[in-house]
Amino acid sequence: MTMESAIVDGERSTRQPVLSLRGVSKGFGAVQALTDIHLEVYPGEVVALVGDNGAGKSTLVKILAGVHPQDSGTIEFDGQVVGIPTPSASRQLGIATVFQDLALCDNLDVVSNLFLGREISRGTLDEEEMEKRSWSLLRQLSARIPSVRIAVASLSGGQRQTVAIARSLIGDPRVVILDEPTAALGVAQTAEVLNLIERLRERGLGVILISHNMADVQAVADRVAVLRLGRNNGDFRVPEVSYEDIISAITGATDNVVVRRAERLMEAEESTERSPEA
Amino acid sequence: MSKAAQSTAPESPAELAADLQDERLIRTEGLGGAARAFGRRVRGGDLGSLPVVIGLVVIWVVFQILNPNFLSANNLVNLTLQCAAIGTISIGIVLVLLLGQIDLSVGSVSGVAAAILGVGFTQLHWPLWLTVIVAILAGSAIGLLYGFLFTRFGVPSFVITLAGLLGFLGLQLWILGPNSSINIPYDSWIVKFAQQTFLPPWAAYALAVIAAGGMFLSDWRRNIRRRKAGLSEGSVAVVAIRAGLLLVGLCISVWYLSTDRGTGAMFLLFVILVVVMNFFLTRTRWGRSVFAVGGSVEAARRAGIKVNRVFISVFILTSTFAAVGGLLAAARLASVSASSGGTDTNLNAIAAAVIGGTSLFGGRGSAWSALLGILVIQSISNGLTLMNLDSSYRFMITGAVLLLAVIIDSLSRRSRASHGQA
Repeated sequence: MTMESAIVDGERSTRQPVLSLRGVSKGFGAVQALTDIHLEVYPGEVVALVGDNGAGKSTLVKILAGVHPQDSGTIEFDGQVVGIPTPSASRQLGIATVFQDLALCDNLDVVSNLFLGREISRGTLDEEEMEKRSWSLLRQLSARIPSVRIAVASLSGGQRQTVAIARSLIGDPRVVILDEPTAALGVAQTAEVLNLIERLRERGLGVILISHNMADVQAVADRVAVLRLGRNNGDFRVPEVSYEDIISAITGATDNVVVRRAERLMEAEESTERSPEA
Repeated sequence: MSKAAQSTAPESPAELAADLQDERLIRTEGLGGAARAFGRRVRGGDLGSLPVVIGLVVIWVVFQILNPNFLSANNLVNLTLQCAAIGTISIGIVLVLLLGQIDLSVGSVSGVAAAILGVGFTQLHWPLWLTVIVAILAGSAIGLLYGFLFTRFGVPSFVITLAGLLGFLGLQLWILGPNSSINIPYDSWIVKFAQQTFLPPWAAYALAVIAAGGMFLSDWRRNIRRRKAGLSEGSVAVVAIRAGLLLVGLCISVWYLSTDRGTGAMFLLFVILVVVMNFFLTRTRWGRSVFAVGGSVEAARRAGIKVNRVFISVFILTSTFAAVGGLLAAARLASVSASSGGTDTNLNAIAAAVIGGTSLFGGRGSAWSALLGILVIQSISNGLTLMNLDSSYRFMITGAVLLLAVIIDSLSRRSRASHGQA
């Protein structure tokens, strides 16, 4: 499947989530890391996954990346129930994960890193074809990499992040998961990466963005899913939510919109339950 | 010419090759550009094989001053023959160092192969070709065992191969049994190959032409492919000059060696092995995965490279090269003994790879460093022997050179870090 067809598919099935988690739970020994998690990602949508340390964000990413499978619950990809037992199964489904440590080989050049494990080869490596495709990919992302023949070690943090994100696109994924892509970056580099995320959205990809930086989240995300202590603790549309609301959902402060809404619903439910008795 | 090339920056991007459109790039065009790019690389700590080439020249000049026989054709022919066996072992060391691992047992493994050759051929009267194959396969099997232990149990290769150093020395002694020393008949083809087979001059010149022509064609075709892909291409002049220099260098070497016995077949075999391994390392997916694993195991694993297969394949190759080197050494001496593949075989093979410029830290190096490194080590050894200095000096000086090479490796690593390249 080519990148173009991914975009067309995305436009056609905007109503259907590309990735949807239902009731996913995961425990490590005595610790219940995730309990009954629901999450949906639509094509052409950036979903920010936020939460305090230990909220279960990384566990969720690892389940989607095939590092370890969930204990219970289902994952649907394009409406099909799927299992993700291994990292390569995750890749084959069309989920590309960019881990926080980027996992680049510092001693190799940009081209080698982009095509690592997927080299174009006809007996011998086709360096020219790979270099050509590297340039066209980086241009599509408007990435500012001066040369693709220099070792990744000599690139700046933002450029390294760009290479890692560009690499995730080589396999024509449907969903890209970015784990703290701006954590170690300066102002300009952060802006570069945020531009990049917007470009992924324009391509019709579903993006899961994990971040602690609320400014970044509010800048690019369409929706914010909050995790707290391994449970869903709110799902907001970004234009309709304030910074304080997100923070209180993350920290679990009692007086927030989620709690108030839940209380209101509960009261309504109770009143409807009471009314037949009356 | 160079000024003009730099001042043409405001060209429209459409006319520029895809890889030259960034205005931050320092443009390098033509011969002057190639020379300046080389200078920048060296200052940035990307020394490549420069220190070892300079070191080799210094060593040769010093020994020639101390003993005028050093650079005689006769002695240089000896030098090439001395290089082949341990150099072959060193190719395997380069591979294992590229992964950031080490094999300390190559000496013992080469001794086992030599013992199999001696006992199988002279005592058990196996056909020679069969004995050679069995000896080489024994090396591969040892490598497979190392690879299995390393990937299955995660024991550091340092410890596995240290155990192997001792264990396979024992196996070598066990195979030899009561024979303290076995002579391999002089009329067997393997001894003739190692001691008496030299290329006739016409064949050596033909090979030199083929090598230079091959390099020219390969570079030239790459230029054509790059042009087709819309990328910048190197200048034809640089390609031609590189190939021309190689041709001149090879022809002078061949001519000088042929004033004595000529180019030894065993040395040629060693060089061919280096060229073949260099090809596999730089032009195939397997080679790319070796560098990737050496750079970062975790990154390679996440990129979908089957890391365990890479480790096992390299351990097998290292032990196989060790076995081949052991056979060559036995054939050159026409004898096998308990001391075949003794202590300095091991250390010389490792030292050669490091001196040749392969990093101990993994992910950096080239098959050529086996050739360059062993030339340095054997030049020192040969020169000191010519001066009638005994092995005590040889060990001390080789040790000092190894230390120097490791220091250069560490310094250039630091320099790369400060120039943002490590």
